[in-house]
Amino acid sequence: MTERYVLAVDQGTTSTRSIVFDRAGRLVAVRQREHRQHFPRPGWVEHDPEEIWANTQLTAAQALRDVASAPGQVVALGIANQRETTVVWDRATGRPVVNALVWQDTRTGPLVEQLAARPDAGLVRERTGLELAGYFAGPRLRWVLDAVPGARARAERGELLCGTMESWLVWNLTGGTDGGVHVTDVTNASRTLLMDVRTCRWDPDLLDFFGVPAAMLPGICPSVGVLGTARALPVPLPIGGALGDQQAALFGQTCFAPGEAKCTYGTGSFLLQNTGTDLVRSRHGLISTVAYQLAGEPVHYALEGSIAVTGALVQWLRDSLGLIGSAAEVETLARTVADNGGCYVVPAFSGLLAPHWAGRARGLVAGLTSYVTKGHLARAALEATGWQTRDVVRAMDADSGLPLTALRVDGGMTTNNLLMQFLADVLGTPVVRPMVGETVSLGAAYAAGLAVGVWSDTGALRRNWHRSAQWSPDPRRVAALDAAYPEWERAVRLSIAWGERA
Amino acid sequence: MPGTVQSIERAATLLHAIVESGGQMGVTELAAAVGLPKTTTHGLLRTLLAVGFVEQDPRTGRYALGAGLLGLGSRYLDANELRSRASNWADSLAGRSGCAVRLGTPAGPQVVVVHHVFRPDDSPQELEVGALLPAHATAVGKVLLAGRPAMARALADGPLEALTARTVVDPAVLLAQLQAVRGRGWAEQRDEYRLGTGGIAAPVYGPGGLVVGALGISGPVERLFADTARPALRAMVVEAAAAVSRELAS
Ligand SMILES: Nc1ncnc2c1ncn2[C@@H]1O[C@H](COP(=O)(O)OP(=O)(O)OP(=O)(O)O)[C@@H](O)[C@H]1O
Ligand SMILES: [Mg+2]
Repeated sequence: MTERYVLAVDQGTTSTRSIVFDRAGRLVAVRQREHRQHFPRPGWVEHDPEEIWANTQLTAAQALRDVASAPGQVVALGIANQRETTVVWDRATGRPVVNALVWQDTRTGPLVEQLAARPDAGLVRERTGLELAGYFAGPRLRWVLDAVPGARARAERGELLCGTMESWLVWNLTGGTDGGVHVTDVTNASRTLLMDVRTCRWDPDLLDFFGVPAAMLPGICPSVGVLGTARALPVPLPIGGALGDQQAALFGQTCFAPGEAKCTYGTGSFLLQNTGTDLVRSRHGLISTVAYQLAGEPVHYALEGSIAVTGALVQWLRDSLGLIGSAAEVETLARTVADNGGCYVVPAFSGLLAPHWAGRARGLVAGLTSYVTKGHLARAALEATGWQTRDVVRAMDADSGLPLTALRVDGGMTTNNLLMQFLADVLGTPVVRPMVGETVSLGAAYAAGLAVGVWSDTGALRRNWHRSAQWSPDPRRVAALDAAYPEWERAVRLSIAWGERA
Repeated sequence: MPGTVQSIERAATLLHAIVESGGQMGVTELAAAVGLPKTTTHGLLRTLLAVGFVEQDPRTGRYALGAGLLGLGSRYLDANELRSRASNWADSLAGRSGCAVRLGTPAGPQVVVVHHVFRPDDSPQELEVGALLPAHATAVGKVLLAGRPAMARALADGPLEALTARTVVDPAVLLAQLQAVRGRGWAEQRDEYRLGTGGIAAPVYGPGGLVVGALGISGPVERLFADTARPALRAMVVEAAAAVSRELAS
């Protein structure tokens, strides 16, 4: 019997990865390419969709070539993508009308404040399960329609198409101007502020509220199920699934049962807990989002704690301060000191998401004295990831009534042992990393493989999950960090207050 | 200084003279500074130029330190960076082999574990990152000793501790093993560290071709060295280590 492989594309914030997995969920090939980050004005973050499309084709072709001589065949393609990043393109030419507005972009802040002041603004939270915040895709679409001359009229005539990154990629993969399929998966659609989270359809009242014409929107599809054939690769492959990257990680961690949760540590960090087929509304600052949907089955929901800046703070230490040469060296630098030296970093670069939803908050370093060295700053930067996780875990515990007993983690930052131990100590629970750190890609591969029968059901996927590492809380550190938590909370309040100044 | 090679000594003196000048020096100046005839100095500089240890300003003809010299110091690879780059392939190796995986780097005459992936059976295991292993009794250690002669010399200075009755304690036997490891590109250890367990490891090369780490699996002897499993396990280890080397080169 020949082995069957699945190709996953993880279209992320900083790079695009193409990874081939075997049936046991083991990585067989990986190719990666970074794309440029454009910062045309303070607070604006853009990507060039054409560059991302080129990187997708390139890395996918490379990964396919890597396994060309292996004793197996690639039978499906799955896609995971950076969420909320918004692309608007011309149906006839296939060219984007503007660069993609990235999820970290804050230009819609004033627009969102205006919208929030409208008497009918309560509708948004009620229908979408989300906060009315500039973090989501809908306001970005509205911004493009307002800013680009003629865009609204062209969108109404159906000449412009829009979507999140998976939409853009699926349309191009399936032929682009030559019959490209214009769809979005339901997890991505659930992050636009335009979809009714219960019916999983575009909501006319929301489209009115945001001023977005229905004609430009993609069709909403299940996350697991064949969307079309990718013809733009060296070998044609069925596209068996697409999910937002965080939902893909939940899937890759095989959190299929209500109550199961994971947190992925990349550019930002995202704690998602499966709540089953029930939509659970948070009372503590989390959002309700679609976790996944298998074709022909009901939608599964999740509660989500979104943290905008974790790994990005390490990147900032590297690129903007030049304190380290590579992200991983932050651990080396942090280990030059024994503690944070009284220093706290609140990385509210573009406001704070869960559980605060303070769009105007700005970053700060609290507790500076002449004693503080770059080692303390490195430590405080890593600790910021741990403290922010504590904030969202606490909210999740309060919402679900079931305290987390262990945290499943994945993503690039999980190779940082100092951080993982801090996390175990600051949460007071074991932290567990699975055998595949590239869980986002694995989830996309699982979705696609399920759709074409590489795996029979989610039970088969669960058997692939194994623990690769575990960090256990040290009771003495747990007590010390409990005592220090109010300091962190105070620093967060200060960062919010700083942004509120008129 | 008996036993030194005169031309190397002179070349070093020239390099020191350039450093002391704080910039560039002409050949006449250099010859005077080190007290050598100009022709000898010129010959030395030509060789240093060829290996990239000095550079010559095409306009003035004066000599400065070369990029090749600076490159020598940049072989240092941060251990956390190494873990981060190796992680995907270490995971994949554990999944494929069913064994625990360790990535080791030299720490004096010992091996420090910079990355550890649990045996994928979900049994309770302790993370061993930061632990020290004896180099002469482990497969990862033998790979490092084979690739790092200075480490081997440091070890050979002291007595080799017998951890089991099977530990290699005779330096001559160990050196012969290291020779073999260099030749075939992998190392094995069987009952030499703890009775009943063994290991297989292969070298990870840095971008400059230096052995910067050893990636290995370990497990029960009957599992690792069963006739049916052994060649496949070796191939997996060698392949995974090569994949990490490729990752470091990119
Ligand atoms: N060893 C490390 N210690 C701390 N931070 C790290 C480490 N390795 C990577 N990071 C950070 O993690 C992030 C990269 O991780 P990962 O590749 O999972 O991110 P990502 O969010 O998936 O990327 P993308 O945004 O492109 O999807 C970067 O922000 C980087 O700064
Ligand atoms: Mg990612």
